[in-house]
Amino acid sequence: MDASVDRIANPWGGRTPYPRGAPWPYRVDTYLSEQNDPADVERWVQTASILHSDGDAMDVAVRDGRMVGVRGRAQDRVNRGRLGPKDLFAWQANGSGDRLARPMIRHDGQLVESDWTTAMERIVSRTKGLLEQQGAGSIGFYTSGQLFLEEYYTLTVLARAGIGTNHLDGNTRLCTATAAEALKESFGCDGQPGSYDDIDHADTIALFGHNIAETQPVQWMRILDRLEGHTSPRLVCVDPRPTPVARHSTVHLAPRIGTNVALLNALLHEVIRTGRVDHDYLAAHTVGFEGLQERVKDCTPAWAAGICDVPAARIIEAAEIIGVADRLLSTVLQGIYQSHQATAAAVQVNNLHLIRGMIGRPGAGVLQMNGQPSAQNTRECGANGDLPGFRNWANDQHVTDLAGVWNVSADAIPHYAPPTHAMQMFRYAEQGSIRMLWISGTNPAVSLPELARIRSILAQDRLFLVVQDLFLTETAQLADVVLPAATWGEKTGTLTNADRTVHLSEKAVEPPGEAKPDLDIFLDYARGMDFRDKDGEPLIGWHDAEGAFEAWKRCSAGRPCDYTGLSYDILRGESGIQWPCNAQAPNGTERLYTQGISWAHPDTCESYGKDLVTGASDGVVDYQSLNPDGKAMIKPAEYLPPHEEPSENYPFQLTTGRTIYHFHTRTKTARAPQLNAAAPEVWVEASATDAAALGLGEGDLVEVRTHRGSLRGHLRVTDIRQGLLFVPFHYGYWDTDTPAGPGGQTPGRAANETTVTDWDPVSKQPLFKTAAAALTLVQRGAGPPAPAPTTTASAPLGHVGATEGGPTARVRQSSNPPNSTRGETT
Amino acid sequence: MNGITLTLRALHLGEQHLARELLTAAERHRAEHEVHHVAIDLSRWSHEHASRIAEASRDHGLNLADPPQAPHRALPSLAAAADEETAGAPGSRLPPDLRLLYDLRHLHLMATGNSLYWEMLVQGAQAAHEDALLQLASSCRPRTLRQIRWTNTMIKNLAPQALQALH
Repeated sequence: MDASVDRIANPWGGRTPYPRGAPWPYRVDTYLSEQNDPADVERWVQTASILHSDGDAMDVAVRDGRMVGVRGRAQDRVNRGRLGPKDLFAWQANGSGDRLARPMIRHDGQLVESDWTTAMERIVSRTKGLLEQQGAGSIGFYTSGQLFLEEYYTLTVLARAGIGTNHLDGNTRLCTATAAEALKESFGCDGQPGSYDDIDHADTIALFGHNIAETQPVQWMRILDRLEGHTSPRLVCVDPRPTPVARHSTVHLAPRIGTNVALLNALLHEVIRTGRVDHDYLAAHTVGFEGLQERVKDCTPAWAAGICDVPAARIIEAAEIIGVADRLLSTVLQGIYQSHQATAAAVQVNNLHLIRGMIGRPGAGVLQMNGQPSAQNTRECGANGDLPGFRNWANDQHVTDLAGVWNVSADAIPHYAPPTHAMQMFRYAEQGSIRMLWISGTNPAVSLPELARIRSILAQDRLFLVVQDLFLTETAQLADVVLPAATWGEKTGTLTNADRTVHLSEKAVEPPGEAKPDLDIFLDYARGMDFRDKDGEPLIGWHDAEGAFEAWKRCSAGRPCDYTGLSYDILRGESGIQWPCNAQAPNGTERLYTQGISWAHPDTCESYGKDLVTGASDGVVDYQSLNPDGKAMIKPAEYLPPHEEPSENYPFQLTTGRTIYHFHTRTKTARAPQLNAAAPEVWVEASATDAAALGLGEGDLVEVRTHRGSLRGHLRVTDIRQGLLFVPFHYGYWDTDTPAGPGGQTPGRAANETTVTDWDPVSKQPLFKTAAAALTLVQRGAGPPAPAPTTTASAPLGHVGATEGGPTARVRQSSNPPNSTRGETT
Repeated sequence: MNGITLTLRALHLGEQHLARELLTAAERHRAEHEVHHVAIDLSRWSHEHASRIAEASRDHGLNLADPPQAPHRALPSLAAAADEETAGAPGSRLPPDLRLLYDLRHLHLMATGNSLYWEMLVQGAQAAHEDALLQLASSCRPRTLRQIRWTNTMIKNLAPQALQALH
């Protein structure tokens, strides 16, 4: 049966209820732009989404050399044919008229069009000059969570072994650094323990700071389908906002911002107090339980209630649900990761699972989620502040092994200290010790905290800034050289989602003008620099995406993220496959740790761990004495008050986040008409009580001000917790009169004008959810409500016309048996 | 007054001093954001240690509640330490990244001094069967060691860039 659904008005589409333990029924979502009919589609080309970490598998419809639509892949394990609103509509941005089509270079202060030879020559000569004068430490690379594995790996080799710099990180620092760190702290190694299929089997799902309905909408469809089926799971939601998840939960805890560790310690206290600990699991697979028991013995629900401002009875209720669960699935995202004590809190979620023995079985798993589509690849390939293949920079054996893979000497790979994290790279640039920064596929002039500071760093004369992107972003406008990049659908590569599923994304159409795949740009640079291995052969011996993938397979061999059983041929036509995939597991691996903990032994672990409060690194000797046999580590943490608390002048807490209709800095989603219309402008959310106390109403123009700066937006009155303001990121300036930032007639509108420069000392992930702020009226609203969606966590309290997409947002949903896409895929 | 009370007095001073110097470093290095925030967090530990020492000392006839009138001569402050380290250097003013390293080094040495006092106290309390003091020392010393590891980690991570940069 087919249906046509407005997927802006109804972002999650129709239901296909199913009972616990059954496979998730498929539902194929298809969207073709109006002028096109399925019969007119010439080719369907296989790919997966790069707009969130789900990795929804889809086919792109091609006609006359252009993309004309998308369709979910029914046979894929991740989405069974479903697509989220961003998957359905954002591809249209690829065809925008303002795509960068030629390189640009700065000439007399202005960016002017150039050609590839000139642009690359400028970059190569500056690199060589800096290497000679100041050494490798003067050059930094800041990349993305939206490129392909092949591109990250190539960048890693050229940065680490070619340049020899310690300064390479991804903007995954902003979204998944804590996920990686929490997994390393508990399991000794990165890599998602569970699988999205755990949603099919769980009897309890606890979502910690994870508005999955908006960040991973297709997996929320899966939860909604379970909720409507027999034996539906109970949900526990921890979130200060009235999210769709909260509305479906048995218990919703809305804590004060910055108090996650207190809340989690109370949950642990209750589970231990009520004797719901799996002592057999603890004895067989873990170390450290006694320390946790001691740490949380006084962390009663009443104690936490005073800190978190949630009723103790609700904490007890949540602990009861978690404590009696037979198959507990927990998921964690930015409400934990971008908040105070990020890693400490995320690790306490792991602890809940370890003490209850809820790991490695269907439905019993932890999803430490990712925000970006290929964040997992950034981490695996070492483009994020780790070494490739989850090697331990502090283990000389691992470095020697990597040097063997690259055929360079071990001391050619910097490993005297951990790879530099992004926020520190910007500090080095601010101080002048980094003189060249190459930014690929990301937009820090909107996405990093305290934007006035970031703009001033990027705009320095002494900093040579290279920006590689699709559009002339706020960051690109500050660059010395701008390189036009091809994107998804215009190049081939692989990407791995949050649950380790690897998908192949094939080239469907040509990129605009002279734009090139990021891989080709990095290869051009490597050729220009003439990087050599220790035998004098080219350091990078591959020339295309498949060659890069084969090289990566050699690097991943024997490591946790083993790709040796995969190939483009295997991935082509089939569904996504989860790593590790090798001779022992030729069909991939659904769950890690089914037979106990595999990668935590001192000789194999990715990290020796850190202090959860100070971030101080432990050494190998500490690790060996804590965990000689390589078990899971239960690490307690004490609660610390947030670094910025409300005051007389800044009486509110301020948090930021995204909505289902936008992604990253809106460079793509703002160029997709349906998505842009659903959330066209920044807005400010406050509770009814706070709005009334200030005499403010729906639609009033207000200013949010912090120590760092301010922004203006229209007020949306919601059921958000009292004392808290919410502003969506990442509304930037490219479509205003002052396209690089606020000024003139353009007031601040990016949330990060206001956010604090502070990061979790363990994961180094910036805190976007902990500022203290003031709220003031600028102008009384003239009647229209705030431009915020009504379908999401920003749902209004009063009457506001519902968000709709209209005829151009109608999507075909089919539950008929899907066509085999194999034969059609090119 | 015996050796235990003398050590309590010295440690009280040392923890107070470290708490203050962590705050001084936090203020001086506001633009080094990790150092700024973590130093404030860690100053709370030393402050709490000093209070607990003062409380425990009452049983030993000591009144340590009041802060000392002047910095102890044997414990140079951050500013003095930086002056001393740059004495004789041309210009004598350190660039901020080097100054940070020197300040971290100073904090590290202060925390190490405190940890050795805690060690002495653990041993003395065991010999004298002073269970309350033993418990105090056993609960505070691990945090002092964590302060030491933090300064050490920060120095290790920041030194490569700071020492290589052109100033």
